[in-house]
Amino acid sequence: MEFSIYDFSTLTNSIHEGLSNSFSPTWVMIIEMSLVGLAFLGLFAVLGVTLVYAERKVSAVIQQRMGPMRVGKWGLLQTIADVIKLVLKEPLMNRQADKLLFGIAPFIIIIASFLAVAAVPFAKGLHALDFDIGILYVSAVSSIGVIGILLAGWSSNNKYSLIGAMRSGAQIVSYELSVGLSLLTIVVLSGSLQFSEIIESQANGWWIFKGHIPAFIAFVVFLIAGTAETNRGPFDLAEAESELTAGFHTEYSGIKFAFFFLAEFANMFIICAIGATVFLGGWMPLHIGDLAGFNAIMDFIPPIVWFGMKVTFLIFLMMWFRWTFPRLRIDQLLKLEWKYLLPINLVNILLMAFIGLMGWHF
Amino acid sequence: MSTEGLILFFIAGVLMVGGGIIVSNLVAPRSTNAQKLDPYECGIPTIGPSWMQFRVGYYLFAIMFLIFDVETVFIFPWAVVMKQVGMTAFIEILIFFVILGLGLLYAWKKKALRWE
Repeated sequence: MEFSIYDFSTLTNSIHEGLSNSFSPTWVMIIEMSLVGLAFLGLFAVLGVTLVYAERKVSAVIQQRMGPMRVGKWGLLQTIADVIKLVLKEPLMNRQADKLLFGIAPFIIIIASFLAVAAVPFAKGLHALDFDIGILYVSAVSSIGVIGILLAGWSSNNKYSLIGAMRSGAQIVSYELSVGLSLLTIVVLSGSLQFSEIIESQANGWWIFKGHIPAFIAFVVFLIAGTAETNRGPFDLAEAESELTAGFHTEYSGIKFAFFFLAEFANMFIICAIGATVFLGGWMPLHIGDLAGFNAIMDFIPPIVWFGMKVTFLIFLMMWFRWTFPRLRIDQLLKLEWKYLLPINLVNILLMAFIGLMGWHF
Repeated sequence: MSTEGLILFFIAGVLMVGGGIIVSNLVAPRSTNAQKLDPYECGIPTIGPSWMQFRVGYYLFAIMFLIFDVETVFIFPWAVVMKQVGMTAFIEILIFFVILGLGLLYAWKKKALRWE
């Protein structure tokens, strides 16, 4: 089996050929699909565990605490212990709840994030679904999640849950516009919605550098709107602990609660991965124009490491936001979107189109 | 892999949640008491039904979203071909955005964006 850390298509091709030699085409497809499915299940488990740990450690550093230290070295096994605890907790269902919808809600949320993470390009050749409408696809499937949140809040038959769900619905649908429009600002320059083509178009520099000021404005808007899309602080008033206990998942316990929690962290990863891909070049190393020597040195670092570093950086930024900014009120939240981000975004797209037209970008 | 991959990821999601719930049902302890299945409202019994009329503000924003989201879908194909079409596309989107901006301005003046 050939393996190269720089181009995963050699690995996937050799697996494909190896399987094709010993199985019929139908079985090859089934086995490959199961492999991909298992890989993504594993990815989700790893994501959940590491991101929860990272969040607790980052918040501890910001608040000058130690964070989890007891379970394992530096508390590394803390989240694994938490997962075991959550599985062992009794699943409760409120007496007055709508039983069917209450059960369906976690399925919808997890499926939405699974469908979205499928389009994330991890490295060269490591890309499950490369649609030619990639960005449209991601913004379409990631908005399915809000249905799960609304269902969870509504079916719980609890006032806290309902208020949390309604806030969350208003918030997510509002900020979805800004996420979509800020990504479109880059699409104007790249001329494609396909993630692999967007990455290839950044071979001589990332769009955030090539696109001048509009690209940077779009990046900032994307970060703000992305944080709001994932219901994270300072926009986490859907689950504002001090007023709504836990918002839309107040009534959920044990493993079902764990899935809501996992979906939140998976969505954060997806938003950061999309942002890294569109603005920061995805797995593309840092290249500066035609500086061959510099580019060659940068090429030495494998693409998957580049992708990991960019996503980690963005995730760290989002955690930093959460633990340093105070929570917004719902009226401030909607005002920020409709009266500031949306008009800024529309003007910004025009500006970007003008720059693209004049050929002022690199 | 193309569109059939969607089915794969759908199944993966169902398996993950379903598997988790089944395992949890097998290993989790069970006990009952009178208050356990009440809605959790910090210990106070719920007053009135929870499925009630909700304030209209949320729906106003939902309608606003619907309008602007449809506009965003129009902008998607425009953004892809913008550089090929050139000046014509720019002027057209300028007109489009002016109309869109007037709509936003109208909603703003009608105080649909205000939360009271």
